[in-house]
Amino acid sequence: MTAARTIIDKIWDAHCVRAESDAAPAILYIDLHLVHEVTTPQAFDELRSRGLTVRRPERTLATLDHSTPTLPPNPDGSLPYDSEATANQVATMERNCAEFGITLHGFGSGQRGVVHVMGPELGATQPGMTIVCGDSHTATHGAFGALAFGIGTTEVGHVLATQCLLQRRPKTLAVTVNGTLRPEATAKDLILHIIGVLGMDGGTGHVIEYRGEAIRALSMEGRMTLCNMSIEAGARAGLVAPDETTFAYLRGRPNAPQGAEFDKAVERWKTFVSDEGARFDREVIIDAADVVPTITWGTNPGQVVAIDQPVPAARDDIAQRSLSYMGFNGGAPLLGQHVDVVFVGSCTNGRISDLRAVADVLRGNTIAAHVRMLVVPGSDAVKRQAEAEGLHEIIRAAGAQWREPGCSMCLGMNGDQVAAGELCVSTSNRNFEGRQGKGARTVLASPVTAAVCAIAGVIADPRDFTVGEAA
Amino acid sequence: MEPFVRFESIVAVLPEENIDTDQIIPARFLTTTERAGLGRACFADWRFDTQGNEHPDFPLHRPQLRGAGILAAGRNFGCGSSREHAPWALLDYGIRVVISTRIADIFRNNALKNGVLPLVVDEADWQRIAGFEAQKIVVDLEALHIELPDGSNIGFEVEAFARQCLLQGVDQLGYLLLQQEAIDAFEKTRAA
Repeated sequence: MTAARTIIDKIWDAHCVRAESDAAPAILYIDLHLVHEVTTPQAFDELRSRGLTVRRPERTLATLDHSTPTLPPNPDGSLPYDSEATANQVATMERNCAEFGITLHGFGSGQRGVVHVMGPELGATQPGMTIVCGDSHTATHGAFGALAFGIGTTEVGHVLATQCLLQRRPKTLAVTVNGTLRPEATAKDLILHIIGVLGMDGGTGHVIEYRGEAIRALSMEGRMTLCNMSIEAGARAGLVAPDETTFAYLRGRPNAPQGAEFDKAVERWKTFVSDEGARFDREVIIDAADVVPTITWGTNPGQVVAIDQPVPAARDDIAQRSLSYMGFNGGAPLLGQHVDVVFVGSCTNGRISDLRAVADVLRGNTIAAHVRMLVVPGSDAVKRQAEAEGLHEIIRAAGAQWREPGCSMCLGMNGDQVAAGELCVSTSNRNFEGRQGKGARTVLASPVTAAVCAIAGVIADPRDFTVGEAA
Repeated sequence: MEPFVRFESIVAVLPEENIDTDQIIPARFLTTTERAGLGRACFADWRFDTQGNEHPDFPLHRPQLRGAGILAAGRNFGCGSSREHAPWALLDYGIRVVISTRIADIFRNNALKNGVLPLVVDEADWQRIAGFEAQKIVVDLEALHIELPDGSNIGFEVEAFARQCLLQGVDQLGYLLLQQEAIDAFEKTRAA
């Protein structure tokens, strides 16, 4: 009789080219390698200097997202890069992909997008896979029951050259969310709540399996939002076991198996669930009923609070430093704080359901005159779909900017930044000091909350807002 | 890669917890396609004002901490993004060892591959080390201990394989490339 195993153990065991020993880590085979322009140039240089090739170009999915402009092309067709450096980085990626035989889902492909939005929508992300990318939000793909984690550039080189990584087996953490989420609580509110419970380093050294009734009830896009922020609790990966929701999402997608092959794949995918009685190194239980619209008040994603609650009083130096940076006082209400910028987008919340939620709030409303709002679709496909539904018109009519796909203001690499001192309500994933621009102050929130704040011009509770209500 | 066997340097203390990769190197510096020359970007927003002048109160700008190669940092150092630019920047700035009570997973992996040693010690040992700020201490990877100026030692652990690579000054890709046959065999089994 074999011992009960977690989904994490099953995926791990199925990918060990060589098991680990005291002297050496496991050699873990990687099914899918996602690459983008920021964390690869030095890896391609390494291959070149050693005379190496890319072992499995067909397992390498490339795109351009971090450094790309989100403004439309110039009249002459050129792209409005904010600097020579960003333009050069994109050009370098285009050259590297051509030289090493990797298909680049770049400009003009109609498939470009934020790497963690694009992979799933193409159906490249599948249950039971190992997936890596030089990006810490790779855990997003865990939504499909894949073991997906971020790596550095040296490891990008390892995977390009050998399709393998040297890895020690991670510890396992079960986060079980029992009960049913309230209608006003989104997947973003849930993950912010979970990070608040775990703390920003509570998952370090672990891979999380999210389980329980409330997780099963989430859509695939909700599960992606959830898994995306696992790293904000320190966990390199987080995943949800595949089920009918997963299979229904994948059916018919271009890179997923087709026809009878799909049905065969589903039978295999169904085995990637934790066995009854499988032991986790740690378990945390969350009651879904405790989750309400949640935002951050500080400078790390574990510093969260229910939106209608006051800023917590500083209990330590960390909190004091965060409050001082944010310009908030312990005990003061967050509701009513002046908002300068609203950002909707990123690998956390740049999918079609996020844009629909935002459009539902903005429809027939106008954002506050002093607020600058950027809505940045996560991919070409998301943008096309949104425009087919007329969401861009609602967004523009409300006074927000409708942009081209990319990572944009999540980290401000492409020049889309928040100015020093400005407060930005952002649907992205990090509220670190200076993340969105030097001196920028970030409040993380769900798309619905972000849109409501844009209309109000201050931090506002989405529960006080009725869809369709005039401003 | 230069072997890392024994390293002696001044220890500087950054007591802040959760020093994330956006503090170690802000995202605007990631537009480079090189790995060299990132020292100037290291802790840029803590070190420089908007005119590019040094903040005199940044710990490593104090005369007695100039050139410090060992950093004792608060808990959860290196959290956040996977950017390997973080250890590249630290290395170029002269930092060869980071000592904390917790170090983020991806940063730790990246640091080990670049000859920056990420060491985790318990709170009491961290306090002892921090107590010797501005003094020289020795980090001995062969002996797996830190030698303090008072003659006492603090032991630490480093993953065995990464340690061997660092001691010999070889990178891990060479080892992986020697496993081609095993990888070929694995791919064949799965295709069957």
